[in-house]
Amino acid sequence: MRHLLSAADLSRDEAVLILDTAAQMAATQSRQIKKLPTLRGRTVINLFFEDSTRTRISFETAAKRLSADVINFSAKGSSVSKGESLKDTALTLQAMGADAVVIRHQASGAPHTLATAGWTDCAVVNAGDGTHQHPTQALLDAYTARRHLVGAGGTQDVTGRDLAGLHVAIVGDVLHSRVARSNMQLLHTLGARVTLVAPPTLVPVGVQTWPCAVSYHLDEVLAQGPDAVMMLRVQRERMSSAGGGFFPSALEYTRGYGLDARRLAGLPDHAIVMHPGPMNRGLEISADAADSPRSVVVEQVANGVAVRMAVLYLLLSGTGPATSAGDEVADESGTPEKVGTGA
Amino acid sequence: MSRLLRGASLLGGGATDVLVDEGRIVALGTDARDARADVVDADGLVLLPGLVDLHTHLREPGREDAETVASGTRAAALGGFTAVHAMANTSPVADTAGVVEQVWRLGRDAGWVDVHPVGAVTVGLGGERLAELGAMASSAARVRVFSDDGKCVHDPVLMRRALEYVKAFDGVIAQHAQEPRLTENAQMHEGVVSAELGLAGWPAVAEEAIIARDVLLAEHVGSRLHVCHVSTAGSVEIIRWAKARGIAVTAEVTPHHLALSDELARGYDPVFKVNPPLRTAEDLEAVRAALADGTIDIVATDHAPHTREDKDCEWAAAAFGMTGLETALSVVQATMVDTGRLGWSDVARVLSSTPALIGRVADQGRPIAVGEPANLVLVDPTARTLVDPAAQATQATNSPFRGRELPGRVVATFLRGRPTVLDGRPCDETVEVHA
Repeated sequence: MRHLLSAADLSRDEAVLILDTAAQMAATQSRQIKKLPTLRGRTVINLFFEDSTRTRISFETAAKRLSADVINFSAKGSSVSKGESLKDTALTLQAMGADAVVIRHQASGAPHTLATAGWTDCAVVNAGDGTHQHPTQALLDAYTARRHLVGAGGTQDVTGRDLAGLHVAIVGDVLHSRVARSNMQLLHTLGARVTLVAPPTLVPVGVQTWPCAVSYHLDEVLAQGPDAVMMLRVQRERMSSAGGGFFPSALEYTRGYGLDARRLAGLPDHAIVMHPGPMNRGLEISADAADSPRSVVVEQVANGVAVRMAVLYLLLSGTGPATSAGDEVADESGTPEKVGTGA
Repeated sequence: MSRLLRGASLLGGGATDVLVDEGRIVALGTDARDARADVVDADGLVLLPGLVDLHTHLREPGREDAETVASGTRAAALGGFTAVHAMANTSPVADTAGVVEQVWRLGRDAGWVDVHPVGAVTVGLGGERLAELGAMASSAARVRVFSDDGKCVHDPVLMRRALEYVKAFDGVIAQHAQEPRLTENAQMHEGVVSAELGLAGWPAVAEEAIIARDVLLAEHVGSRLHVCHVSTAGSVEIIRWAKARGIAVTAEVTPHHLALSDELARGYDPVFKVNPPLRTAEDLEAVRAALADGTIDIVATDHAPHTREDKDCEWAAAAFGMTGLETALSVVQATMVDTGRLGWSDVARVLSSTPALIGRVADQGRPIAVGEPANLVLVDPTARTLVDPAAQATQATNSPFRGRELPGRVVATFLRGRPTVLDGRPCDETVEVHA
């Protein structure tokens, strides 16, 4: 694995390796001294063109726990806001000797361009690009689902296991969601069955080729007894005319697609409720659901650090033990270079 | 000085000799004899009338960093063209007699091809009020094609007025069919690939809805309508229906929409970002079939040069457009001739005579016959060319065909008997002498 650009680039074995490595990382995080020497002397740059305090802090924590030097580069107030191009930013970071760039960008494909345009030889980690991908979110969601839903709810060792047989409903603004795209692909790769649930206006044209089912009716999907329900953030401005007019009102959205107390009560006993955050309480998820014992929202955040440690470790350390185990590391051929080729 | 093209395959047919003198074709076949003539060995070469592009962006005035009239028309000559229509979206916009005359003079001074400026339909391409179409028509540039290309004349009343108004001087409105509300922030064709890439979709209906409206408007007011860069199967169906009804609509397709599909966006390489966007394989097949059966009348390049900085960036930040003048004939050969869908006489029709008719350019796109102006191009259809943007005459490097091998090569181009290209190389000296 040279870069992590898209959840679609991961094979089943690569994805499981990341989850297993994350489990080892998580085990170290209950120690009193949480810091590992693994990436001492390596430099990780958090290049954030879009505000995202949560994701940036998660990556920063992950890199620091591995003893990497971390530099935060925020587009706001930097040369980027003065018109510096992505190319020049990349060349600058390259000249400063970065080993990995964690990039968040509002333009779909920007991490791909950064990784393939020849501007830098850093490892590139996509921390969310436009409405395209957010692969570490999908990995931490898969990690969380595996902990709860595989191996008798955490009582057995799940090393090496995938998510075969699970049914996950992803509910909300699929059209604009990189979380939905990443999760749908990774869950499929790991053997889970996915149903996307959204009003028709928030389902992309072209969805028919995706390896998942699509439903416009949340209650019908919940009646199937999914193992996990993943609620997506819905931006309120999507209902205004200027925002695209995707749905008539917040109330109507909540009636049709919100996870409220009634819908929560109908879930199977073992089912979990997930949300990538930040939540719109009262819109896509009620306080009852967000704060219920089924909710793993806070745990998702904690698992994010472990998963990002695993990703940085696997990308940067080459081979060698992470925490005394897990010395199997995917080689470069695992991630195909997707350069534009002829038709 | 007279010139004898020896053994040229006339429109891909039998070999014949062509004698050119004083800018005209003076003899054909066995009559073509002149001991003092310069002889061009045209054995194995196909002779076509000089190509006419109804849709070129020369960028001057305003964006001389991307292309100039001189560099763009030199590229045109190398592509086999003897006339190009320069689109109006320059800076300042070509919406007055002054600007169109400036572009026309720059073309005449450069001397590579005839430059026919396209006039803007609305002031500043603003889509709010008509530009002085009559003044441009009666200027030295004699504008007959009007277009807000790059933007759609989306106001239906304004479009109706424009269609009606240009009847006074036999003009035509060339519409860039793009419903603006359906394409806000759109990045690529809306479908399977856009869904996966997370790039905002550009639905086919945004093109088709405007074409449907405009053919009905053209019918209602009895005007000529030309549809720029048709890219979807649905557009083809609407134009086919309109033609069957007798509506005076003509349509063009670009080489890139004949050859390339939206799958190319997968690498997020902005060289494949273009307006209208590359469509699906089904659309490619539909526009090829439409060009073959005459539903689409012509091929026009939509040559759109951009600076490197406008393409060397993330997809969403990149400019729309591709170069095309120097690859157009090869792409048409690859997609239409070598596949058996068009003969060389059809190529002459879609790349020369019909675009000249639509643009009301009297002395271009003429038959290869005695007494006609010697606007001619010799093509070697057996040659293969590796596309290298750095080696092209256009100032820009945004060719979507870079690195590909294409069939055919322009060997010589003659503008009123004067060579602008010989042995595949631009005749810089001759052109300067005659400038």
